[in-house]
Amino acid sequence: MTAEHVLFFVFGAVSLIGAISVISFRHPIYSALSLIVTFFAQAGLFVLLGAHFVAAVQVIVYAGAIMVLFLFVIMLLNLGTLSAKSALKGKLKGLAVVLGVLLAIQGVYIAMTAGTDTALESAQASTEVVTTYKIGELLFSKYLLPFEVTSLILLAALIGVIVLVKRENQAEN
Amino acid sequence: MSLGVEYYLVLSALLFTIGVLGVLIRRNAIIIFMCIELMLNAANLAFVAINRSLGSSDPDGQLFVFFVMAVAAAEVAIGLAIIVSVFKHKKTINVDEVNSLKG
Repeated sequence: MTAEHVLFFVFGAVSLIGAISVISFRHPIYSALSLIVTFFAQAGLFVLLGAHFVAAVQVIVYAGAIMVLFLFVIMLLNLGTLSAKSALKGKLKGLAVVLGVLLAIQGVYIAMTAGTDTALESAQASTEVVTTYKIGELLFSKYLLPFEVTSLILLAALIGVIVLVKRENQAEN
Repeated sequence: MSLGVEYYLVLSALLFTIGVLGVLIRRNAIIIFMCIELMLNAANLAFVAINRSLGSSDPDGQLFVFFVMAVAAAEVAIGLAIIVSVFKHKKTINVDEVNSLKG
């Protein structure tokens, strides 16, 4: 058991427990807070994988910006009283759990066999830490077009949100 | 000796499954959105793990994570705006009760 093993199992257990809490808490606020725990644990896993910049972005963008948006909307809609019967009941829930377990078995099987895949087996896992310099260089050369398209997507989202909210105001007036 | 890629892939598969289960079981639109975020994060973990285990010197997998994050941010902003306007019309965000396209 190396330190990496220990850290992996700690972060992995925390992220799994957080994820299960997300789908089992009744109140959406608790789900959102559990999701933040999961995101932090995943940032730890990214550090273990040598992706320090991704870990930082994970904390800043996901645990910071996106979750603040979630919490803001939950509080804005005041959903605490509405979420009492927000889960499937009876047979449908049983069916969903059975299908979910089947999917988990498939996913774990594929992941276990991926370790013996020839392409992955022949490659030597790189232990070097990826620097921000390298990421930036690649982002502005090989991935320049996707980068620009991403900016267009964000612009479209910005305009879309404004339009959605604005139309609502006019309907009320 | 570093940890094998299959550990991260198994964890990623489990997180993805929990996200799918959440979408199937929960009827609250906001929690369904959170579960979609869980699934995207599981995919991100797989991207970074595979990128490292392939031993390439370029961090291509990590760049895909950035694009996924940007799309997720846009998706969350639009989705929550839709949820807010649905809530204003229907006074509920239970996806079983929001079943008609017209008001």
